[in-house]
Amino acid sequence: MLKIENLHVKINENEILKGINLDIKPGEVHALMGTNGAGKSTLVKTLSAHYDCVVTEGKITYKNKDLLDLDVSDRANEGIFMSFQSPIEVPGVNNSYFLKTAINEKRAYNGEDEIDAMEFLKVVKEETNKFNIDRKLLQRDLNDGFSGGEKKRNELIQLLMLQPDLILLDEIDSGLDVDAIKTVANVINSMLDGKRSILMITHYDRLLELIKPDFVHILNDGKIAKTGDYSLALELDEKGYEAIGIKDESK
Amino acid sequence: MSDNKQIHDVINKEYKLGFETLVQSDTFAKGLNEDVIRAISAKKDEPSWLLDFRLKAYAKWLKMEEPSWAHLNYPKIDYQDIAYYSAPKKALDSLDEVDPEILETYKKLGIPLEEQKLLAGVKNVAVDAVFDSVSVKTTYQEELEKLGIIFCSISEAAHKFPELVKEYLASVVPVTDNYFACLNSAVFTDGSFVYIPPNTHCPMELSTYFRINALDTGQFERTLIICDENSYVSYNEGCSAPTRDERQLHAAVVELVALKDGQIKYSTIQNWFPGDDKGKGGILNFVTKRGLCKGDNSKISWTQVETGSAITWKYPSCILAGDNSVGEFYSVAIASKSQQADTGTKMVHLGKNTKSTIISKGISAMHGVNAYRGLVRVGKNASNARNISECDSLLIGNACHAHTYPYHEIRNSSANIEHEATTSKISDEQLFYISQRGISEENAIAMIVNGFCKEVLKELPMEFAAEAKELLNISLEGSVG
Repeated sequence: MLKIENLHVKINENEILKGINLDIKPGEVHALMGTNGAGKSTLVKTLSAHYDCVVTEGKITYKNKDLLDLDVSDRANEGIFMSFQSPIEVPGVNNSYFLKTAINEKRAYNGEDEIDAMEFLKVVKEETNKFNIDRKLLQRDLNDGFSGGEKKRNELIQLLMLQPDLILLDEIDSGLDVDAIKTVANVINSMLDGKRSILMITHYDRLLELIKPDFVHILNDGKIAKTGDYSLALELDEKGYEAIGIKDESK
Repeated sequence: MSDNKQIHDVINKEYKLGFETLVQSDTFAKGLNEDVIRAISAKKDEPSWLLDFRLKAYAKWLKMEEPSWAHLNYPKIDYQDIAYYSAPKKALDSLDEVDPEILETYKKLGIPLEEQKLLAGVKNVAVDAVFDSVSVKTTYQEELEKLGIIFCSISEAAHKFPELVKEYLASVVPVTDNYFACLNSAVFTDGSFVYIPPNTHCPMELSTYFRINALDTGQFERTLIICDENSYVSYNEGCSAPTRDERQLHAAVVELVALKDGQIKYSTIQNWFPGDDKGKGGILNFVTKRGLCKGDNSKISWTQVETGSAITWKYPSCILAGDNSVGEFYSVAIASKSQQADTGTKMVHLGKNTKSTIISKGISAMHGVNAYRGLVRVGKNASNARNISECDSLLIGNACHAHTYPYHEIRNSSANIEHEATTSKISDEQLFYISQRGISEENAIAMIVNGFCKEVLKELPMEFAAEAKELLNISLEGSVG
């Protein structure tokens, strides 16, 4: 699904990613860990074509296409979804209208028929009921006045409705309470159908317990320093970075 | 904020209505003097009292000085370098006789000059089409006449309904009110006249569409709308002009009079050529629009979407003379490329228990400069006056400006005045977020702008709301942001 080869990325003249190599196959769950400033967020933002990230070298192949050739909305319509750490507020734009428009742009991009209002409301009701997520968020303006938890719940609704193929989670659990984290995990796990892939950034805690990763990568100073399976995360949690051979560059 | 190429492309889209119509016109030589005015009056075969009106106004104009206080920057207008009359040569008695080129023009603009059969559930719109200095056609006149409603050109009204015109012309905007109104009173060419008799709800939207076509001419239209007791009318004004290198002057006067329990809704969707990137060409739009809520419980609402014109100087106002009268102003003004807009409104509270609402949304993009100037004046005897003002500015890009100059002159202590102003910017972050959900940047901007203007757009009559939204999107194409 996704193949990253020798990726170098700079932000404001500082090289952050210094040669990333990563292979994500359909259905796999990858966790990205590492100290602050290692470049985790940068990697995920680069994949979504964030304006701050400038690719200086390397290749990214997504579904056999050159990802660097596609712009932000094209990548989204090809099935890449990035959840934001702190989703921005867009007052004046109705949340429901926004979501329906996004769904229809994706459908148009893929040559499918548009979803009408009735169908949209029906599907939203079904999906949000499954996970006990409050639908009322959709009546408000996009993220406008939403609490941290409400913003994250809104991201989940978008996830369920847009049905992406590659899900990039940038610390989706940050700031959430125990119950909220369970809801996030339930939603994500429900989407793991063997074809969908996940790349999630997290510091080890409850989330990894609930969404078991197939691969754990530890990013350090712009490169993937170590790769293992779930046991690597447990080892990191128990012993800390230095003990497993990672020098914390942020210190 | 990083520069975004796509946004630049969006605002740079070409003015679609900039085509020119090649038609044989009767155009006066440039220059302004008493003879020119007599010639205009003669061309229209006007009664002598109207010629007198013009000449008196001209004499006063010669003694006046052009205003210079607006936050506007424009080279001096040479009033002798303008032709004050231009009309298509062919006679215009029936639609058949109208020059086919002109019919084609209105077709291209999407203005219906043929009366269409009533479609189920869809209201028709009566149209008065004004091409340069003359009214080309007014539709549905007979149907409206059956209800006693008069909708015709001002030239026609001067002949057919002189008493009405004499009573109300210049009753809301006195001849010497301001420099441009005075000039207009001397050289006005055509415009619409509307009279709604008492207890009548006008069954269709009345609309005038102004098209400036001839080179080097100015357009000075005059509109007069009178709504008698307990009546209602919704009127819409549209306009466009070809793309040209030279600037063209547009100095119009619009007067509205609402008698007891009368209601007038006046909407404008203005799409003049904004001038090119460097500010060359474009329309100089100096307009005086004023509504008089003469009778008790009367109401006048101004709704406007302004996206064109190089320089705009325009303050639709309401004089709330009748007790319990209501004045409203809803506006979206875009200043993009090198446009400059100094616009706003005046609400003058004179009667008791009067109420005014002002919602102004200014969008500045590229090198545009938007200034809002609002006056709320409450007279000594205007007890219990209420006003709510909301002025919001949206900035797109780093080179544009927005200024707000609210003025309050309150002479009665029972007045309740509220004023709110916000300034915001479309951020890269917001655009990225929306794009990351699959929505193209162009549509993302349109979404945010529409959300910003929602309150104003919903005041537009349904028939014109879609056009206004489309116009907003087109005007902001390429402005990124």
